[in-house]
Amino acid sequence: MRAAVLVIAALALFAPIAAGLWHSAGAALGHLPALGSVGPSLAPLQDLVTQPGFATALRLTLGTGFTATLLSLALAIALAAAITNGPARIISRVLAPFLAMPHAAMAVGLAFVLAPSGWIARALAPVFGWARPPDLASVNDAFGAALILGLVIKETPFLLLVILAALTQIPLRAHIHTAQSLGYGIGAIWAKVIVPQLWPLIRLPVYVVLIYNLSVIDMALILGPSNPPTAAVFIARMFSSPDLAQIMPASAGAILLGLLAVASIAALWGGARAIARFGPIWVRRGGRGAPLNTLFFGTAMLGGALLLLGAAAMVSLALWSLAWRWPWPMLLPESLSFAAWARALGDFGPELAMTALIALASTAISLVLAVAWLETQTPSRREALIYLPLLIPQISFLFGMNMMLLQFGAQGNIGAVIWAHLLFVFPYMMIALTGPWRGLDPRYAHAAASLGAGRLRQLWAVKLPLLLTPICAAMAIGVAVSVAQYLPTLFLGAGRIGTLTTEAVTLASSSDRRITGVVTSLQTTLPFAAYLLAFVIPKLAHKNRSALQGAAA
Amino acid sequence: MSLILQDICITPKGGAPLFAPLSLTIAAGQIGAVMGPSGVGKSTLLAAIAGHLPQGFALTGEITLNGARMNSTAPQLRRIGLMFQDALLFPHLSLADNLAFGLPAQIKGKAARKAAVEQALAAAGLAGMGARDPATLSGGERARAALMRSLLAQPQAILLDEPFSKLDTALRAGIRAFAFDHIRARAIPALIVTHDASDAAAAGGPVLNLGGQAG
Repeated sequence: MRAAVLVIAALALFAPIAAGLWHSAGAALGHLPALGSVGPSLAPLQDLVTQPGFATALRLTLGTGFTATLLSLALAIALAAAITNGPARIISRVLAPFLAMPHAAMAVGLAFVLAPSGWIARALAPVFGWARPPDLASVNDAFGAALILGLVIKETPFLLLVILAALTQIPLRAHIHTAQSLGYGIGAIWAKVIVPQLWPLIRLPVYVVLIYNLSVIDMALILGPSNPPTAAVFIARMFSSPDLAQIMPASAGAILLGLLAVASIAALWGGARAIARFGPIWVRRGGRGAPLNTLFFGTAMLGGALLLLGAAAMVSLALWSLAWRWPWPMLLPESLSFAAWARALGDFGPELAMTALIALASTAISLVLAVAWLETQTPSRREALIYLPLLIPQISFLFGMNMMLLQFGAQGNIGAVIWAHLLFVFPYMMIALTGPWRGLDPRYAHAAASLGAGRLRQLWAVKLPLLLTPICAAMAIGVAVSVAQYLPTLFLGAGRIGTLTTEAVTLASSSDRRITGVVTSLQTTLPFAAYLLAFVIPKLAHKNRSALQGAAA
Repeated sequence: MSLILQDICITPKGGAPLFAPLSLTIAAGQIGAVMGPSGVGKSTLLAAIAGHLPQGFALTGEITLNGARMNSTAPQLRRIGLMFQDALLFPHLSLADNLAFGLPAQIKGKAARKAAVEQALAAAGLAGMGARDPATLSGGERARAALMRSLLAQPQAILLDEPFSKLDTALRAGIRAFAFDHIRARAIPALIVTHDASDAAAAGGPVLNLGGQAG
């Protein structure tokens, strides 16, 4: 049983990544028999690096990726300090919509708010006397500032959630009280006592965020610079080029980005090691760090402000989808209408159904796999391999995976897309399920066994009902992860499978904000509904079970 | 130099006070004791004096340290040391760095700070163990190190929350004598909460009984 689950998981999750990397690496070295090219040669790499703008694209990727990651981490830490210190506790209750919101929808909403004709400019118009939208590149700016902002607004809530979960594993209160009795302020305590203990617990999710930020496509298309774009978009464009010979330099880029990702994780790891090595020199000086209080407070305020900006982005999607006339510089639409919704529901019905189908299928399969895994495998360090798909840039292996499926003639169908989604849905569901599953008091199952229940009945009649709340939460996360996927749908669907996400990215560059608003609102509705159900179902199922109500949060 | 508790009362939101109003004056160099069974609110009392009153509790009465009212002073500015039954050495710092954490920043220079830490280690019978991981220390060593860390911060008063209750009975008297001697040598007021009458007797200062008796 144990071995069977291991083999199935390896075939489902590792085989496509290994094969994908293998095919990408082959094509990167000029080996692509389908096009009559036989390697190895370094020509594709030369071809890639001599492309105009590629060096700038690489710089942009590193700049936006690291800035967004470190900024999100700093904001999440400061917000966690503010939340656990009391006054900002409310923030931990409003994280769900930020987590559920697909990246593309958040990007479109932010573009609506930040654009020269957006909310911020409208609010400033009376102050500066702008009769027309100002001529500013406030979105798609050449430095990637808008992209960084979008990534930070999406990743800060995720890291905050991870940090709040990790904090339950360290004696936070007692350490804060001890350090306070020695004269330290909250900022200094977090910097010198809490964060060093926190880092080993949150390292892996921070790596995941870093890799995501270095290889993001959809947000970079909507908010990032366009000429040259970030490296991942640069490479994705070459893959989509009608000139098939471009596949080889594009594959070289995919592998290069993969190596860059490995080097980036190594750099972050090394940086953390250096801080752990030399940080105590700073701690030894014994500064009580009053300025650190101000720094933490300021950072938490910035975090709060960015979350408000994110909330404005969500509202602006809904508002644009309902706007009929919304002339400059009014802050609210002059008239509202359901016309765009009526039109889009007809036009985008198939995409809505496809998005829901892929999300439900990949979530259901992932759940079965996750339960099988948790029931049969003992905890070990090797388990970190589950997170491998999140630690490699998607573009590094997805096109290779597509080439592998092409050999079996299984490319461009819905099964391939679901499989690709599975690679990302499964690890996130495992993150959500592992703790509660292994934390369940084993005596419940033992009691059932002593009453004559076999393994299957223990699972079905005892464990699954007891774990209903985390299972529902994991499924909501699964749906949200699937709905947000862009590149897996695009590459494995070979352009023939359209979801609301691929439509949203295409529409983002169009001028019809109403239709874009409807499609992104619709895209957002799916994960929101999943989160709502995950909240309601355990409440209803355990209505008269007060011991299980507390866990439903 | 004294710690004065005047009519202290702690009340949970919407509940009855944990104990009858409590008054106690502890002079410099004296070690007062609050006794009572567990669950009576002894730890909450110490938390309130240190400035960590848990949410949902209200404090009435006056806390005065060396003539200054402490009720609304931020905990890190009260200069009141706190020692728990778990020594709470920070697990990511070496033993020496834990002590350096307590040393005021006004003592400047690497050599001077190192010397102060070494001296404290020696006083605690931990000479030469500065580089050790706190997790590898015995319970008695941890308790002595935690006391030294508190004292290095030059507190104006020190609170002890059942600091010896997790130690072996064989070790207990020795560590208690060590702690009390060091506190008396600083000539600061100290307050210990305990459910062990021998702790209160060894403290030798004013004793208050909580739980049942109004006091």
